[in-house]
Amino acid sequence: MKTFGIPLLIAALLALLPLGASGYVLGLLTLAYYFGVFAMSWDLLFGFAGEVNFGPSFLIGLGAYTAAMLNHYESLPIWLCVICGALVAVVGGVLLAVPALRLSGPYFGLVTLVAVLLLQNAIVLFAGLTGGEIGLDIPDILSIDANTNYWIALAFMSASGLILFGLSRSSVGLILQASGQDAMQAAALGFNVTKHKLAAFCVSALFSGLAGAMLIFYMGTASPGTVVDIGVGVQVIIAAVLGGRRTILGAALGAMFLIVAGELLRPLGELSTFVVSAVALVVILFFPGGFLGAALHRGER
Amino acid sequence: MPALLEVSGLTKRFGGLVAVKDMHFEINPGEILGLIGPNGSGKSTVMKLIMGIERPNAGVVKLDGVDVAGWPSHRIARQGVGIVFQHSRPLHRQTVLENIKLALLPDSLTQLMAGRHIDDKARAIAERVGLGHVLERRPGTLPFADLRRLELARAIARDPMVVLVDEPFAGLTSGEVRDFSELIASFRHDGHAVLLVDHNVKGVAALVDRVIAMYLGEYVAGGSAEEVMANETVRRVYLGGKIEMAERRARPAGASDRLLEVADVSVFYGKAQALEGVSMHVGAGEFVSVVGLNGAGKTTLFNAICGLVPSQGRISFDGTSLAGQTPAVIARGATGARGGIVQCPESRELFGEMSVRENLDLGGQHLPRDVSEKQLDWLLGLFPILKSRANQAARTLSGGEQQMLAIARALMMQPRLLILDEPTLGLAPVILEQLSRALETLRKTTDITVLLGEQNVTFALPHADRVYVLEHGRFVWEGDPQRFAVEAGAAYL
Repeated sequence: MKTFGIPLLIAALLALLPLGASGYVLGLLTLAYYFGVFAMSWDLLFGFAGEVNFGPSFLIGLGAYTAAMLNHYESLPIWLCVICGALVAVVGGVLLAVPALRLSGPYFGLVTLVAVLLLQNAIVLFAGLTGGEIGLDIPDILSIDANTNYWIALAFMSASGLILFGLSRSSVGLILQASGQDAMQAAALGFNVTKHKLAAFCVSALFSGLAGAMLIFYMGTASPGTVVDIGVGVQVIIAAVLGGRRTILGAALGAMFLIVAGELLRPLGELSTFVVSAVALVVILFFPGGFLGAALHRGER
Repeated sequence: MPALLEVSGLTKRFGGLVAVKDMHFEINPGEILGLIGPNGSGKSTVMKLIMGIERPNAGVVKLDGVDVAGWPSHRIARQGVGIVFQHSRPLHRQTVLENIKLALLPDSLTQLMAGRHIDDKARAIAERVGLGHVLERRPGTLPFADLRRLELARAIARDPMVVLVDEPFAGLTSGEVRDFSELIASFRHDGHAVLLVDHNVKGVAALVDRVIAMYLGEYVAGGSAEEVMANETVRRVYLGGKIEMAERRARPAGASDRLLEVADVSVFYGKAQALEGVSMHVGAGEFVSVVGLNGAGKTTLFNAICGLVPSQGRISFDGTSLAGQTPAVIARGATGARGGIVQCPESRELFGEMSVRENLDLGGQHLPRDVSEKQLDWLLGLFPILKSRANQAARTLSGGEQQMLAIARALMMQPRLLILDEPTLGLAPVILEQLSRALETLRKTTDITVLLGEQNVTFALPHADRVYVLEHGRFVWEGDPQRFAVEAGAAYL
């Protein structure tokens, strides 16, 4: 229970934040929480299954745009749009992963990278339907109240974190780690490596899609720049690595750091991105375990 | 009683290379079979084919009557095959107990918790292999032998019918070898069929009921350990046929007997000890062969001499200690000295996209231009084939030509001591002939000192003035090549 104690305490403290903090800070953190789910989903794939997914925004974008278009054109209720978005992300993820997992080494990553570019191009190509680069406005929003939005995002991140973290610590997570570290040995121990990696990809896609769909109902618009662009994916990856590979919860921490730091440094203008990137680089170079990795796994090797 | 494992007609091709050809054998319940063969003979491939890590092109692998040939690895494992890999890679963030539990988990996506019985069973297995006292430790903190125990524990966790063990005793001390032998022998009583894969008969002789020998992908002999060791073909493969000594120049009178001196040198790779206090020497103008099977420590010895791996002990060249000198200085020789120690590595390390000429020029980089030109002319005379290929990219050369280029490039540096590490690796017999002639010419026309590492005895003996036999990181024999077959042969098989 020790492992769950501290994160639960932090979540409880964060839940009290609306009592004191300004709407501006809450808005920032709300965004960070959705990013936290992106990063945690990504860590399940990279940290445990050992597969580098360069296109997390492919899964996020599928979820977001499915939800956005269903709401925009069919006026379906939010919850249904979000569920459909998540399901489409899973289906899209499976269609991508089944052929991609047959490849080894960097090729899996390259396939996922190309998938993002394809999705982005498709959105621009069918601008009439998708709103193109400007984006698609969404009639419904989660809530107009900043506090409510904040709590929804926090609850969503906490629940996702609990499930993903629990999964990573379960028997299935153990098999997944073995598959990611040495596929040949895992197979010789009697585990269907492809099956486990595919399942991990599905779970990762499910949470990415869910978070993507919810994010656009918070923002009120879906545009390639916020949910599909390669840059979004890169941010997710940096957040996860920064927070600590193979820790799941560290990824959420990394996402919060990245978004809050980016905002705090905004007065620096263009320089802010540079500073945040430089910090990320230093952490990755000197503490490859990331924030949490350095704290949790001292003296294991 | 029907055999637990029955292999017949097993064949595997990699492109044009036939790695395994029509292999056949069977193992009965409670029987331990040794599969031996020199490096590249295909024995590891046979093991991978049984485990399903590689798919056979043809053949049958019957496990208790069920043909599993071509099945994916995880299904073969579930059907009842366990494998002990040579290199274990446990999960480092999990404890020893968790690592063993992993092997007991069902291949399920929905079972999130390991049951009580899995925990109990994992503890029992740990106790059996001697890991009971380190259950809560992490693998990274364990000594090498315990990592091997962990690997063994995971392989037998699900009580497989057949256990495959790759080089069971590699890297273990003699005491640990005893423990492991007992453990493996205990599988016999459980009715497992065990396949031990190793380089030579000697390593597994005490443990096995039968041995089969492979060479160049094919079955050569089978029977008791004694029978296989006495087999004509096996002896030829391991010990070489009749030795005809190559011609050589007499060493100049008064030449130093101790150009290179290695005293009590040990090398560790992490926790595994690759060299255990070896001592040897090479006299000026001598040709010394170090003979040993794959993994005996030849390359490690050479790398230690060249300063490429850190070592304990004393290595001196021409009376000067090499301790603390960089590999570059060792290769070129200290300032003022004429030439150093140049190694021609097993992997050849040619620059594939550069031409033959460019590769050679790189070797002569540090020499004055006229010296380098002269050296080049001499080398092209020694290896005429390189002259006709001068402008060809190195990667387009045949294996034998590449080897000659690698040797020529090493000679461009004008070494006083040339180290050749396994020059025959992967070369066809007729190429060996050419290479052998080139070495003979080299010896007749120069006073170069050569240290050769080989597992191909037929190639190593004819040129040698003296021979060392290296085994498990130690020298077990030293002497005249003529006496090798009689005195060291038994040890080498």
